[in-house]
Amino acid sequence: MSSIADMTISPRDAERYEEKDFGFWLYLMSDAVIFACLFATYLVMVGNAAGGPTPKDVFSLERAAAETALLLLSSTTFGVAAVALSAGERGKVLMWLAVTFLLGAGFIVLEFGEFSGMIAEGAGPDRSGFLSAFFTLVGTHGFHVSVGLIWILVMIGQVFFKGLTAPVASRLMRLGLFWHFLDIIWVVIFSVVYLPGLM
Amino acid sequence: MDIFGRLTIDSLPLYSAVAASGAAVTVLGGLAVAGAITYFGAWRMVMTQWVSSVDHKKIGIMYIMLALVMLVRGFVDAAMMRSQQAIAYNSDGYLPPDHFDQIFSSHGTIMIFFMAMPFLSGLANLIVPQQIGSRDVAFPFMNSVSLWLTTAGAGLMLLSLVIGKFSTAGWTGYPPYSGVEYTPGVGVDYWLWMVFIAGFGTTMTGINFLVTILKNRAPGMTMFRLPLFTWTIFVTSVLIIFAFPALTVATGMLILDRNFGFHFFTNAMGGNMMNYINLFWLWGHPEVYILILPAFGVFSEVVSVFSQKRLFGYVSLVCATMAIGLLSFTVWLHHFFTMGSSARVNSFFGTMTTIISVPTGVKVFDWLLTMYRGRIIFKPPMLFTIGFLVTFVIGGLSGVLLALPPIDYLMHNTTFLVAHFHNMIIPGVLFGYLAGYMYWFPKAFGFKLNEKWGTRAFWCWIVGFYLAFMPLYVLGLLGMPRRMEHYDIAAWQPHLIVAWVGAFIIMLGMICLGVQLVVSIRDRKDALDLTGDPWNGRSLEWATSSPAAPYNFAVLPKVEAREAWWDMKQRGVAYQRPEQYEDIVMPKNTYVGFVIGIAGFVFGFAMIWWMWWLALLSLAVILGAIVYRASDDDDEFVMTASEVKAIEDERFAQLAKAPKNELADEPGFAGEPAAEPAT
Repeated sequence: MSSIADMTISPRDAERYEEKDFGFWLYLMSDAVIFACLFATYLVMVGNAAGGPTPKDVFSLERAAAETALLLLSSTTFGVAAVALSAGERGKVLMWLAVTFLLGAGFIVLEFGEFSGMIAEGAGPDRSGFLSAFFTLVGTHGFHVSVGLIWILVMIGQVFFKGLTAPVASRLMRLGLFWHFLDIIWVVIFSVVYLPGLM
Repeated sequence: MDIFGRLTIDSLPLYSAVAASGAAVTVLGGLAVAGAITYFGAWRMVMTQWVSSVDHKKIGIMYIMLALVMLVRGFVDAAMMRSQQAIAYNSDGYLPPDHFDQIFSSHGTIMIFFMAMPFLSGLANLIVPQQIGSRDVAFPFMNSVSLWLTTAGAGLMLLSLVIGKFSTAGWTGYPPYSGVEYTPGVGVDYWLWMVFIAGFGTTMTGINFLVTILKNRAPGMTMFRLPLFTWTIFVTSVLIIFAFPALTVATGMLILDRNFGFHFFTNAMGGNMMNYINLFWLWGHPEVYILILPAFGVFSEVVSVFSQKRLFGYVSLVCATMAIGLLSFTVWLHHFFTMGSSARVNSFFGTMTTIISVPTGVKVFDWLLTMYRGRIIFKPPMLFTIGFLVTFVIGGLSGVLLALPPIDYLMHNTTFLVAHFHNMIIPGVLFGYLAGYMYWFPKAFGFKLNEKWGTRAFWCWIVGFYLAFMPLYVLGLLGMPRRMEHYDIAAWQPHLIVAWVGAFIIMLGMICLGVQLVVSIRDRKDALDLTGDPWNGRSLEWATSSPAAPYNFAVLPKVEAREAWWDMKQRGVAYQRPEQYEDIVMPKNTYVGFVIGIAGFVFGFAMIWWMWWLALLSLAVILGAIVYRASDDDDEFVMTASEVKAIEDERFAQLAKAPKNELADEPGFAGEPAAEPAT
């Protein structure tokens, strides 16, 4: 397989990829404002349990820790995939993308279990303002991760069928930005939602 | 499980003759357009050259067409309200309360989201790439997605007239009234989904233009050489990127409340309804500047070109624009002083609101000083600019009054407020966009708009505006609340009748705009713009042909001064023929943007009516379209040098026939660029 160094990218294409990266950064900024609004709403509403369960009653440190471990680890494995990409090793890129996908999918499974367990106990989002804010904030993050998982699958397909071409490599770069961004959001969720809720 | 969700035959507007005729007009209008396209055998042309187009100029034209259609619809709403209030003293008038409430809600929603926003995106699309010497926007495909998502929102707006009812909760949709407990039914859901979907399109437009302006400028076009209109679009894009997420969050939460039993804004169960109002205006106030800054940009271009003088205080105008952009995020609480925050909070936001009028004042003085000792040519765009300057200042002063919390407590929710913001938005935003429409029309279509009818439209608009809104200031002071369907205070009626007369004169202005368009198309051969520079312009969009070639510039211009085109004319390097042409890479047309827009429209409709299967299906279509597009590496084609040469040869043949300066016969023409004395 040809390595990435062999690829000749015209100056025009390089410029186009740079524009796309920059545009994607702007999108992430915009998305960060969405999360900022959701965090602010959560902090306003965390005390509004309306006689229902409070954070202490519904959060589990073990589960949150496991979710955190899976997501942080998936960021690392994505980093390994990015290293393999710059070395032009297609097989390794595919393998590490697949590992990242599995870790991310594990995160979603855990979160799904958390949500369905809470709903089954009567602590669903329609129970109180606090729970509405919790489900929306964490659920929006989970929705982003799910979109990221679909994106990883699409990129696995592209790497498999197209190889590490310049456009594919450029898309992988932006997928990396997205994935690490979700990691950072999760760290904030862990510190703002779970830790204070359980302390 | 019903495949039609909550949609039944009772959803048709057969409950009132007025509503049914509105629906009939909408349906017949749609059929008439489709019929006309069929009659002229133009479907193929419409689909291949317009719907699938990723050319920023065509996308701009489609945005403005959408804006003008929605302007008519929004104006009809306004006229109906004025008529109702003029006769509703001790009487029910002709509109039942539920219908009247739908009308004021749709009027505001249409004018802000589906008239002003598309108009702004349209002008930006048409002009910004040409002003910065670029061949396109940074992301032509995303541009098409933005257009069609905005159109999807507007389509839901029009559909709400035919199937179901529209919201009665005003264009701001405050809970708890807009919550499902007090307003069941689909109206508020229509409002929420159209705003939500169109908001995505707008956010992408913001990203697109910020990248375009930062990355795609011609060689030598430094930031401090950018024309003012581009500067205002730059700041507006920043505001869009940071402000629209708040709208997405606020409307998204209300959607969850209404449809899935969440408790964000409910009265009980730990809801906090003031949080909606907070989030909404966190978007809503920057939105005011998102709308008005581009209009300020248009005024800056127009005032300089038609005063035949360099723009006074360029740097101060740029700084004022940026200052307004920054301060626009610090004033949102003035929309709800009466929420009862502490005196300290209210006085902070009151103070900031007073401060934000300072950079705006700087701009007004810059425009006045541009006109000072200029040789003003009174074309319609300039008339709208002067009308704006005079009228806007009055609105600004009433705004400074409202910025003081004690006064706001008295005026809150009265027609004084209605008068104030119409006094800002009609002269500030609409006059600006209409000036831009008449100023740049030749650039889009290659011929000028009729001046006589443009002038008539202006006089009708400005006279009508004063008659329609000055009485509302008085009524506000007399204590009349906004949004009243009927009333029993005799002293109000004379003012409301004057306001009705004003609305009637504005209607004449609307008719003049329509006649202007028809007459101009009929007589286009007498008003051709052969040079591409009909107004003796100063910025680079006048360097291209009218209409511009698909690639705008065969050779990217080298910019050496602030007023790039004027400078080129002065140095005698304008209209120079390059020695040879090069291949140009262009984006291919694609239907994917249109498909995403249609699927977005269907998704919104399905969510409003609870047809979950259809919602999932349309989401799957959107996902499929995105994946398909993201896997397509063959999205460009090459326009060969010989094709470019053929187009350019035609352009230079046309230039040879053209008068040297299209403005030269004008009384008061101040001469060629070279004749300008050094300053």
